[in-house]
Amino acid sequence: MNIIVCIKQVPDTAEIRINPETNTLMREGVPSIINPFDMHALEAAVQIKEQTGARVIVLTMGPPQAEASLREAISLGADEAVLLSDRLFAGSDTWATSYTLAKAIEKLDAGIIFCGKQAIDGDTAQVGPETAEFLNIPHISYVKKIEEITESSITVQRMMDEGYDVVESPLPVLLTVVRELNDPRIPSLKGKMAAKKAEIRTMNAADIGADENSLGLKGSPTQVKNIFAPEMNAERMMIEGSPEEQVNKLIEELKKNKCL
Amino acid sequence: MPVIIKTDKCTGCGTCIDSCPFDAIELKDEKAHINEYCNACMSCLEVCEEGAIVEIKDAQKAVAKDFSDYKDVLIFAEQRDGEVAAVSYELIGAARRLAGELGTSVHALLLGADENAAKELIKWGADKVFLCSDSSLLPFNDDSYSEVLTKVIKDNKPAIVLAGATPVGRSFIPRVAAKLKTGLTADCTLLEIDKETKHLLQVRPAFGGNIMATILCPDYRPQMATVRPRVMKKDVYDESRKGEIVNVRLDGITSRTKVTASVKEESALSVNLHEADVIVAGGRGCGGEKGFKLLEELAEAIGGVVGASRASVDEEWISYSHQVGQTGKTVNPKLYIACGISGAVQHLVGMQSSDVIIAINKNPEAPIFNVATYGIVGDLFEIVPMLIKKIKESK
Repeated sequence: MNIIVCIKQVPDTAEIRINPETNTLMREGVPSIINPFDMHALEAAVQIKEQTGARVIVLTMGPPQAEASLREAISLGADEAVLLSDRLFAGSDTWATSYTLAKAIEKLDAGIIFCGKQAIDGDTAQVGPETAEFLNIPHISYVKKIEEITESSITVQRMMDEGYDVVESPLPVLLTVVRELNDPRIPSLKGKMAAKKAEIRTMNAADIGADENSLGLKGSPTQVKNIFAPEMNAERMMIEGSPEEQVNKLIEELKKNKCL
Repeated sequence: MPVIIKTDKCTGCGTCIDSCPFDAIELKDEKAHINEYCNACMSCLEVCEEGAIVEIKDAQKAVAKDFSDYKDVLIFAEQRDGEVAAVSYELIGAARRLAGELGTSVHALLLGADENAAKELIKWGADKVFLCSDSSLLPFNDDSYSEVLTKVIKDNKPAIVLAGATPVGRSFIPRVAAKLKTGLTADCTLLEIDKETKHLLQVRPAFGGNIMATILCPDYRPQMATVRPRVMKKDVYDESRKGEIVNVRLDGITSRTKVTASVKEESALSVNLHEADVIVAGGRGCGGEKGFKLLEELAEAIGGVVGASRASVDEEWISYSHQVGQTGKTVNPKLYIACGISGAVQHLVGMQSSDVIIAINKNPEAPIFNVATYGIVGDLFEIVPMLIKKIKESK
């Protein structure tokens, strides 16, 4: 069985700051990482491989630089890596991204497809379920535990607001995973060697037989109209003085507001 | 690319490079160059003083499509064990506002609950409720939920579809958007109708929650969005409201996945931030678990609970159940005390509607001060212990 893990190379958004003068993002020097949720997806796939001998294929869509993420995934136990890259993919929203991923996955024949529950740059959590719909296979979101895998089915725990559901699905299936699922390993020396030597397979729009009108900006139903920083509270009061004076003044204000 | 640089006019000043939130402009041969990260946000258009950046209008898209058939605002009403979830009423509140501006009606789809639950939706402001009370829909399954919603959308052509950004909504709504080939915007914090075009303006935090973006879906219908619990305001509850209940048949719709058990537990989401009147929240400035111990003491003294920023949860100083913000919980307590939280947009959207906000931070430039009612520039390890002492004394 093939297991596909969809990963995304993202800027480490925790490192992004806003320029207070221009209200724009300062991205310079922000490192690129594998989306943290995808690390748990990869770990889950590698664990299944260790138990069943399945083959783990890691797939990403992105610019040529995303190859670094694929190599990192190989160092963590993936067997094969596919980079989906084409200028036609640029500007894709979740609909166009999912369409593109599904077209590639169709070429790869998978029993289980793993995704992180969301990417930390977009935070939409939409690409996993939308990809499953394009593939016309079931999906289960927020997987926090895998209970059982047979040749034709899988049973997992799905995180809900007030606990969890035990959900059973036939294969093939797409799963999106949460952090609670596992603790990702660190790369082994052998893995690092394999990552260096690995051949990365590249696919473009023609290779996956995609319809150009469904790709990139052109294929994206949503458009970004504008981007802005949130407004300030004009009535704020800065409390000055020594720490003790500040605290005394704050207590006074809290009493005035009936917060104490 | 949706924008081009007129190289004869570009002076290579670099102003557009600083304005680009996506890092999509580079300097090549002393001229600006748009790369593949461009998201067509058009931020650069405004800043270029030379007029060297020009938008390319897609000829196809320039012809506005006729969506006059698409009218109402449909909300997906979520139930848990047959009880309507509060987020559903909040969505009706938002939908009432939007429908008012459009001059249309509010519809709701309710699955797996009974007629009494449907009547509640009407009292909260729904004009029409599509109800499928088949018991197979009591547990949540992505397949059947997405098929029924798709069917109701196809038959009734709403202009807008809203759902809660809950584990349920976030899981199956994307399938519906994929089936219908339409846009879906996650976790909107503000929804408005554009006065001219009547399109839905969908505002959400973007880019890891570092900045806000307005998203449009101009060429497809319905326009779909999810909204997190506690973001929208309910309309008034009115016993006398009248509405129509339309029964929807399941018509052989089944699900490939099967829920074999539902287990209630003290889950990751159970810390009671939603109901708390006072939240004492910590961020990166807490420096570790020790800092959070101090905040716990403050919370205990003042009668509140502890919240946290994404950064401190990522550092594993405190569990995810305490996280406030776009990827945690949205809260609006009477008092929110932010200690050592810099105030990334993704955090601010989760707490800025709190009645009183106190920000304590060493860095006077921290964006948290922008939303604060009271700001204290100082070391939380100095301020907080003193605050605990004074609060205890004043009681």
